[in-house]
Amino acid sequence: MANARSQVPKKRGDVVFSGLVTASGIAILVTLSAVAIFLVVESLPAFNPTADIGNAPDGFWAYVTPLVFGTLLAAVLALIFATPLAIGIGLFISHYAPRRIASSLGYVVDLLAAIPSVVYGLWGIQVLAPTVQPIYQWLNENLGWFPPFAGPVSGTGRTILTVSFVLAIMILPIMSALAREIFLQTPKLNEEAALALGATRWEMIQLSVLPFARSGLLSSAMLGLGRAVGETMAVAMVLSPAAVITFALITPTNPSTIASTIALDFPEAAGLNVNALIAAGLVLFVITMAVNITARGIITRHARKVAF
Amino acid sequence: MARTSIRLNRWFLPLLALASCGISSIAVTIPVTPTSAPFNFLGAIALGAVIYAILSFLITLIAQGPRVAKDRMMTTLVLVAFAIAVVPLVSLISTVVTLGLARFDREFLTSSMRNVVGQGGGALHAIIGTLEITSIAAMISIPIGLLTAIYLVEYGRGRLARAVTALVDVMTGIPSIVAGLFAFAVFALFFGPGIRMGFAGAVALSVLMIPVVVRSSEEMLRIVPSELREASYALGVPKWLTVLKVVLPTAVAGLVTGIMISIARVIGETAPLLIVAGFTQSMNYNPFNERMMTLPVFVYFSYSSQGTDTQAYLDRAWAGALTLIVIVMVLNLGARLVSRIARPHTSR
Repeated sequence: MANARSQVPKKRGDVVFSGLVTASGIAILVTLSAVAIFLVVESLPAFNPTADIGNAPDGFWAYVTPLVFGTLLAAVLALIFATPLAIGIGLFISHYAPRRIASSLGYVVDLLAAIPSVVYGLWGIQVLAPTVQPIYQWLNENLGWFPPFAGPVSGTGRTILTVSFVLAIMILPIMSALAREIFLQTPKLNEEAALALGATRWEMIQLSVLPFARSGLLSSAMLGLGRAVGETMAVAMVLSPAAVITFALITPTNPSTIASTIALDFPEAAGLNVNALIAAGLVLFVITMAVNITARGIITRHARKVAF
Repeated sequence: MARTSIRLNRWFLPLLALASCGISSIAVTIPVTPTSAPFNFLGAIALGAVIYAILSFLITLIAQGPRVAKDRMMTTLVLVAFAIAVVPLVSLISTVVTLGLARFDREFLTSSMRNVVGQGGGALHAIIGTLEITSIAAMISIPIGLLTAIYLVEYGRGRLARAVTALVDVMTGIPSIVAGLFAFAVFALFFGPGIRMGFAGAVALSVLMIPVVVRSSEEMLRIVPSELREASYALGVPKWLTVLKVVLPTAVAGLVTGIMISIARVIGETAPLLIVAGFTQSMNYNPFNERMMTLPVFVYFSYSSQGTDTQAYLDRAWAGALTLIVIVMVLNLGARLVSRIARPHTSR
């Protein structure tokens, strides 16, 4: 960009200004390390095996394991629902919809991202849960032999499956926006070459768009997973939680997630319970960081391959 | 398209879609089980889509061969994927508007919940809290975010710049509740356990807002053509003045858009505020003292702790949700408007 550094003599304004912007860059560094340090310091008492934690009588790890399980289960289910939809929406906007309305359609999907999570929670519990409850009933009656659909069926529909539906809707905008951007970057010549060889539109997408987009889609899925793992309010409101590890998706006893447990228990917590909740938050932080760094790794590893 | 095959009339597919919907709407009115609902509109459309997908696939398969049939099938699936995404959006917006309008009145916007147990009351205390906390968060985040973006685009070289870029990425992924816990941990260290104040909420929101501001500003500064910078240097303008007088004014529309969207992003955050700002039923204008209600927390709280008059609490929750969505939409549309009015002159 600006390679004129050597030509322009250093003025005082320059020194002050560059110091200022560098300082704010360093402020980011400091903030993030402060987040990590404060979380570790505040959660250390909870890791003490002899500590008497009210909400975790069997020690911290026995307390947090079902929560980690629930967090990952809900997030992975949400990802399974959202990924095909996001690819479909991305393709629709980039390759199927008429050029003139494509950007407006993209904006409609972006609107989903703008809606606050507490509103999703309210909608999930008041509208979605009662709507899907009869479907759960039906699934249990007809496919009850399949472990995830084992009974007893929740009477309210406030199950982990409903939660993962809501989470899927919430991560859909970011994933489909990324998918759309990636699909639009496909080299036009590759597409035209495929079409010139007589490929149908889907064959063209299979031959030129999808291979090009594979790594990008993978990392967008990881970013969506990261979002779903950290989502709090929608889960806290919709789920009727219990401390269990189970793959049954439609019963009234569901594994809770880390974030929702913190939100539900923190306002009333005191003493070591606070430390246990902060420690759970630290575990969540580590999980989301691992997911996000994996996503970044995929992007940078494949960025070199794409730039031929 | 197809070589030795029969071309289908261009009205064929729309007509087939209509016919499938007709069949399915008749089908769903026939009661399968005694408990089934009288007429399910969404169910009819879903079944219609399935019938259409199968019929169009089979007919194309016979008329035009497997390749075209597969292509048509995928077109249908892609359309269905988009339709599925729109259903919850429509359902959510229509629910919030219809249920929210019940209490979206003058009293809701001009009174607090102090001494209100049943009907009446409002969210003024929450609206004030949201505005104050979000403004403070914006005052912290916009300078830091903007300056960091300038650093990354104009000054950043070497290891520090790479580290900052990576850390901004990591910060983007911080779950909102963890940001809340961080703010709590910091303030608990100075003010003792059980601390709740609006300012701590603003700090938590800044942690979430800074990376969004950095990302969007960085993108906007990068698309400023370097010819402009070089022209300015050629005239002997020092670098800092070039940034302030040439680069920033060129990108101002994009910067404002990004900042408005980042505000819209954090104004709906609930979890961190639930943790560090707490909840109250009374007015509190002072963000440095005592608990402060915010709009998202108000919605959550109205729902989660309903009094004896359940309906009054639910109505207030929906009205709060409507207020929140209106604020967010105004910010988003405003951002779009700004970017449309003053678009930077670059080819893209």
